[in-house]
Amino acid sequence: MTVTVRDALNQAMDEELERDERVFLLGEEVAQYDGAYKVSRGLWKKYGDKRIIDTPITEMGFAGIAVGAAMAGLRPICEFMTFNFSMQAIDQVINSAAKTYYMSAGLQSVPIVFRGPNGASAGVAAQHSQCFAAWYGHCPGLKVVSPWSAEDARGLLKSAIRDDNPVVFLENELMYGVPFEMSEEVQSKDFLIPIGKAKIERQGNHITLVSHSRMVSLCLDAAAVLAKEGIECEVINMRTIRPLDAEAIETSIMKTNHLVTVEGGWPQFGIGAEILAWIMEGPAFNYLDAPAVRVTGVDIPMPYAKILEDNSIPQIKDIIFSVKKTLNV
Amino acid sequence: MRKMLTIISNVLRGSASRNGAELVSEGARVVVSARTYADFTPQATFDIKKCDLHKLEEGPPLQAMLSREEGLQYYRTMQTMRRMELKADQLYKQKIIRGFCHLYDGQEACAVGIEAGINLSDHLITAYRAHAYTLTRGGTVREIMAELTGRRGGIAKGKGGSMHMYTKNFYGGNGIVGAQVPLGAGVALACKYLGKNELCVCLYGDGAANQGQIFETYNMASLWKLPCIFICENNKYGMGTSVERAAASTDYYKRGDFIPGLRVDGMDILCVREATKFAAEHCRSGKGPILMELQTYRYHGHSMSDPGVSYRTREEIQEVRSKSDPISMLKDRMLSNNMASVEELKEIDVEVRKEIEDAAQFATTDPEPPLDDLCNHIFYNNPPMEVRGTNPWTKLKSVS
Repeated sequence: MTVTVRDALNQAMDEELERDERVFLLGEEVAQYDGAYKVSRGLWKKYGDKRIIDTPITEMGFAGIAVGAAMAGLRPICEFMTFNFSMQAIDQVINSAAKTYYMSAGLQSVPIVFRGPNGASAGVAAQHSQCFAAWYGHCPGLKVVSPWSAEDARGLLKSAIRDDNPVVFLENELMYGVPFEMSEEVQSKDFLIPIGKAKIERQGNHITLVSHSRMVSLCLDAAAVLAKEGIECEVINMRTIRPLDAEAIETSIMKTNHLVTVEGGWPQFGIGAEILAWIMEGPAFNYLDAPAVRVTGVDIPMPYAKILEDNSIPQIKDIIFSVKKTLNV
Repeated sequence: MRKMLTIISNVLRGSASRNGAELVSEGARVVVSARTYADFTPQATFDIKKCDLHKLEEGPPLQAMLSREEGLQYYRTMQTMRRMELKADQLYKQKIIRGFCHLYDGQEACAVGIEAGINLSDHLITAYRAHAYTLTRGGTVREIMAELTGRRGGIAKGKGGSMHMYTKNFYGGNGIVGAQVPLGAGVALACKYLGKNELCVCLYGDGAANQGQIFETYNMASLWKLPCIFICENNKYGMGTSVERAAASTDYYKRGDFIPGLRVDGMDILCVREATKFAAEHCRSGKGPILMELQTYRYHGHSMSDPGVSYRTREEIQEVRSKSDPISMLKDRMLSNNMASVEELKEIDVEVRKEIEDAAQFATTDPEPPLDDLCNHIFYNNPPMEVRGTNPWTKLKSVS
C-alpha cells in the first residue's frame, strides 16, 4: 500500500501515544486545528487535552516547558511549526536539553523530540526557508534525524520517541504529501529504524551521492538520467545527521572512488562540508580518484520570486553537472 | 429647486442599502448631478466610543471632527485596501501569488486611522499582515501587487514577497511573530537619540501579545522612556487559536502593566485616529511609551491556506460584516450627514476598481526579476564579491 510522509508521521505518533502514556504532543495549532500542516490530524480528537496541547505563540516558553516535563519523567514531542521558529527557542534545545545529561554526569536525562518542517518550501521567502541541519548537527548531546521517505518518517520518529535522549527531527514540508510504497513489515507497530544508520537507496559503481531529506529524491532522479548515459550512481540516504554514519559513506567510496554530497542548506560549515572533512581524515581518502565535491543551496537568503527561488536550491541538472565534472566526462 | 433637490436626495439616500447597491431613476440622476459641492456639509462632529483606560487619568476625546476632504480620503484609502486584498485573494487562488499571503480585509480602519494620527516622518513597523501598511506608508498598489506576484517592479524587487515589503520609515513586513516589537522599540530609541521629535508605531497581534520578547521590550521602553506607541491589533484569533485559549489575560491594553494603555474600537476609523493622536501626544511630550489595543476583525482566515471557518462560525463573520464593517460605517456617517453623495462614493469605487485592475495587470505582466539579481543585496556599501552557486564550479556575482 502507499502511504504519504504526512500519514506515516501521523500514524507513528498515534501508535507511540497509545503505547506509552508518558508521551504527549505540544505546539502551535497541533490540537484543535489538526496541525498547521495536518500532521497531527485526528490526534486531539482521539487523545484529548491532556495528551495533545495547543500552545500560545511562545516558542522559548513552551520549548522550555517541554524540556522541563522531559526532565521530570514525561516524554514530550515538541512541535515547532517550522524550524525557523525554533531559533526563538534554541537556547532551550541546546543548553537545557542537549547538554544536561553531560552536565549532570548521567543523573538527568532529557527524553524529548523536537520535530517540525525544516528547510526550503515554496515561495515562503527568506525568514521561513532556512535549513537547520548543520546548526543542530553541530551540537554534542543532540541526535539529529532527517527522514526522506514515508518509511523513514515512520521508523525514525518511532525510534526518536523511544530514544531517551533529545532528538531533533527535521521533516520537510514539500515531502509531506509524497506517497511511498510501504511493506507490511514497515507497517508493524514495532517497526523501528535505528538512529545513526544510513541507507543505500540505489546501488552503483561509479560515484557515491550522499544526501538527506528531499534532496534524496533529486539524487535518485539525477541517477536515473545518468544511468541512461552509462553512469551508475550509488545514492546514500543519510537518514541521520548526527551521529553521522561515516562508515556507510566510506564503504561506498572505497567501491566507487568518487563522492558528491547534495544538500538544500547553505554551503559554509554545512552537512557536505562535514562529510568531506570526515572523508579527508578517514580511511576512504586514499580511495578518492577526484576531489570530493558539495552540491548545496546558493549562499544567499532565500528570495521570493519563483525564478530566483528555483535558482537558489540544487536542481537535478546541478547534480548531473557535478557528477560529470567529478568523473571528468 | 433647492427643496426638490433635497427631497430627491433624501429619497435616494433612503433607498441606498448598506452595501451601496441602489436604484436611481434616470431623471433623478440627471437632476442630482447638478448638485454643487457647496451643498455638502464641509465638516461634522461625531460621537465616538469612549476608550477603556489603564493607568491614565484621561483618554482621547469623545468626539471627533471629520471634514469632507478627510472623509473622502479615508474612504478612498480604505476601499483601495479592501479591493487590493480581494484582488490578492483572487490572484492567489489562480496561483499567480505563491507562498504565504495574509490578508487585511476588515481591519482597514486600523491602518488608515493610525496613519491619520501620525506623520509620514514618524516610523512604523508591523508583522506579516502588512499590505495595507505598505500602502499607508507610501507604497503604491502597483508595486505592492507586483511584489506579491514576484516581479522586478515589486517594492522589494520580487525578493521579499508578501511578508517583506519596506518603504521609507516603514520597517516591514516581518515574518517571525513578535520579533518586530523589540525592533520597533529600537527605532524609537533612534528617534529619541536623534532628537527629531519623531516616534515609532509598533504593531503586533493578539497571538504575538504573549511573546516574551514583547514584555522585555515593554520594560526597556518604559525604563528609557522611548517614544514608542505599542499597538495590539486584536482580531480575536491567533491563526486558529481564539484569544481565550492563548492568553491568561485578554485585556491586551493592560498587559503593558506599568505602561499606560487604551482599548479602542478598531472598526471605527475616527476612534482609531483620535486614540492615535492622543498616544502620539503622550510620546512626543516625553512621557515614554503607551499601549493601544485595537479591537478589530479579519474577514479572511489567518492566511490563504486557512479557510478561517474551522475555529469560528460563518455567522460570526457575517455579523461583523453587516454590523461593524469599517468602510460601511464611514460611508453611512458621511451620507447621513450630507457630507458626500452616493454617486460620488460610487465614482470613487469605480476609480479604485480601475486602479486595482491596472495594478493587477502590471503585476501579472511585469517580468520576473533578472537572474543576475539573485546574489545582490547581501551586504551594503561593500565591494562586489563572489558568491558560491549550487556547486563549486558556479561562481555568482554579488554587488551591493
